Amino acid sequence: MSTSEAARRTGVVAGPARSQATGTAAPARRRGGGGLAPWLFLAPYLVLFLSFVVAPIVYGLWISLHDYDYTLPGKPFVGFDNYVKLVDPSSTTFSNFWAAMRATGIFTLFSVPLLLVLPLLVALVMNGRFRGRNLFRALYFAPYVLGVAVVAVIWRFLLDANIGIVNQYLGDLGLPEAIPWLTSTPQAWVALVGVTVWWTLGFNAVIYLAGLQEISAELYEAARVDGANRWQSFWNVTFPGLRPVVSFVTMVTIIASANMFGQSYLMTRGGPGVETRTAIGFIAETGLTSYQMGDAAAMSYVLTVVLMLLSVMVFRAFREKEA
Amino acid sequence: MTDSTISSSLSRRRLLTLGASLAAGSALAACGGGKSAGEAAKGASAPQSTFSGTYDGPQVELSYWNGFTGGDGPFMKQMVGEFMKDNPKIAVKTNTVEWAQYYQRVPAAVQAGKGPDVGAMHLDQLATNAARNVIVPIDDLSTSLGLSAGDFTPEVWQAGTYKDKRYGIPLDVHSLAMYYNTDEFERAGVTAAPKTDAELQDALGTLTSASIPNPFWMPNRWPAHLMFLSLLWQNGGEPYAKDGTKATFDSDAGVKALSWMVDVVNKGFSPKNVAVDSQYVAFKNKKLAVTWDGIWQINDLKAAKLPFALAPLPNIGGTQAAWANSHNFYITKQATADDNKLNAAKTFIDWMSKHSAEWAGAGMVPARKSVRETAKVQDTTQAPIAAQISSLRFLPPVPGLGDVQAQTLEIAVADAVLGKKQPAAALKDAATQATKLMEANNKKFGA
Repeated sequence: MSTSEAARRTGVVAGPARSQATGTAAPARRRGGGGLAPWLFLAPYLVLFLSFVVAPIVYGLWISLHDYDYTLPGKPFVGFDNYVKLVDPSSTTFSNFWAAMRATGIFTLFSVPLLLVLPLLVALVMNGRFRGRNLFRALYFAPYVLGVAVVAVIWRFLLDANIGIVNQYLGDLGLPEAIPWLTSTPQAWVALVGVTVWWTLGFNAVIYLAGLQEISAELYEAARVDGANRWQSFWNVTFPGLRPVVSFVTMVTIIASANMFGQSYLMTRGGPGVETRTAIGFIAETGLTSYQMGDAAAMSYVLTVVLMLLSVMVFRAFREKEA
Repeated sequence: MTDSTISSSLSRRRLLTLGASLAAGSALAACGGGKSAGEAAKGASAPQSTFSGTYDGPQVELSYWNGFTGGDGPFMKQMVGEFMKDNPKIAVKTNTVEWAQYYQRVPAAVQAGKGPDVGAMHLDQLATNAARNVIVPIDDLSTSLGLSAGDFTPEVWQAGTYKDKRYGIPLDVHSLAMYYNTDEFERAGVTAAPKTDAELQDALGTLTSASIPNPFWMPNRWPAHLMFLSLLWQNGGEPYAKDGTKATFDSDAGVKALSWMVDVVNKGFSPKNVAVDSQYVAFKNKKLAVTWDGIWQINDLKAAKLPFALAPLPNIGGTQAAWANSHNFYITKQATADDNKLNAAKTFIDWMSKHSAEWAGAGMVPARKSVRETAKVQDTTQAPIAAQISSLRFLPPVPGLGDVQAQTLEIAVADAVLGKKQPAAALKDAATQATKLMEANNKKFGA
């Protein structure tokens, strides 16, 4: 081991030095070193990637083919049973899983558009020059600094139907004061989406802002010279300039929304009933609380495939626009 | 020239092999670990050492896990300190984890050999963890301690066994009880804690007209399912077949129980849509007068300086009954690898059981009859519950039941209380699902 390690080290470190000295051997050595060096530069990441991404993926696939409970000595192979259960309406996981997927879908459908448009508006305003700009930038970004537990616990009490301050103020204003923000749908969805938008808006806004600052001022000037009004200069300069950023933000936001768990776990406990229990929530419950790791792994794969398809669609949509 | 190409291609191959073997290694380690642990558990299912009552081995460190994160925590800490003073050779290292996470962490940690040697867990979790080979039988300990059903109530004692072996030594019993705000009762002119349905409805009516528009808030989650179970037992029902083959909580008794809870909302005694924990927060803030909760909240309410008293649940359904649970000491398979640790663990349980009167300070009712009858326990806030210990009911020792209940019964109760479903329909759907899950569990655990 030590000799081979030494050999490997000479291959890279000492190699070029020696080739300089000997001269004639240089091309071959460079070719040899060139083959190895990239791998070695990749090695630290590759090791992490293999052991923390590839290995778990393969292991997860293996788990999904077993009735896997790590506390039990027997983990019988069940083939694709765990997957079949997910499409068999009479199984114990079917209705729960698809209810959870539906919850994730509803949340994604309503949160993503808001998280794409509102931060853009905020970024456009923050990109202007006015007094206290930095203060406002900080204010909009501030909630993102908080952890999900802090956010959820604060809002869970603010939004309480009977003892919450939100309903209290609504009542003072003569509006309906008994809105069940946490215990009834669709109100619970309004609460979950609203809190998530409040919480993560700043992050998307900062990325938009960086994108806006990349757009050259000369383009705006040129547009003005051509007689473009504000809307035209937004549509013809700002928007095309932001396209790569929008594509990135869309993808990241969809994935983040599809992985929503903490907010509903802490604010509504998945309620009413299991209506706001998301896919990740149900997977975590099945795998970590019920120890049905095989089922949970199979569900994770289904969710992953859905997300991958969605990502490909988003990617295509943006690429076609570019073309 | 050739020399260097060979060496570089070799190393490249080596690198790839290294990566592959790393991945394979981690996979192997993961499944190998699981398997060996299972086998180890089989070997350890009957601890060999016999317990003599005292520990006289070398210095030993004992890992002790519990979930006493609330008002009960300081009392446990104090008891552990006193135990170490009495047994200088045993160093107890305590790890306190919130119960909600505790039952996920203990099996994983024991599997990895980094869990507790000894610990406390709820009675209704013993069967699950026994079936999972996390904890080991301790019949010899109960024999050498001279413990028997006679010193406990039969129900709590029997629920600590799984497949005819004893897995837990009960420390305490804690149940659902009725808390009421004594100031509000006095102001409304209600003189005594209601004992029947009629008395409760009268009292609620009086409180409503006096000053509190919603005197009794009906939660939809915790502890709503415990209220439901209590009422189900009061109505003469059983939530599950004793042998764990099916769920029976959709019986007439169950429907009656859940309908009663929904009626509390419909009659306006409770507001609609009470969110998780709101009823308790509101009780502490004097927004309501009556709430049903666990006796473990006593210290928390005392700390809030609330004028309150505690009474057994009123008899709504015809039979006096209330849901109860019990903290039990257990020994893990991890401790069985070392005879000294095993003996130290037994010494620890023995001492704790004998000194459980102090534990009454934590708001609990000591499980041992001899301890329960001491003056120290008789003077506590929870004394009225201690007096009614024979009416307390426990879930049967069926592995995986707690989890089945969380997925089915608890959801049905929530749906009905929130008015999303009719009680009968909600319970029927949930019971059908629960029976399926229980059948799957029976297959899995080989019951």
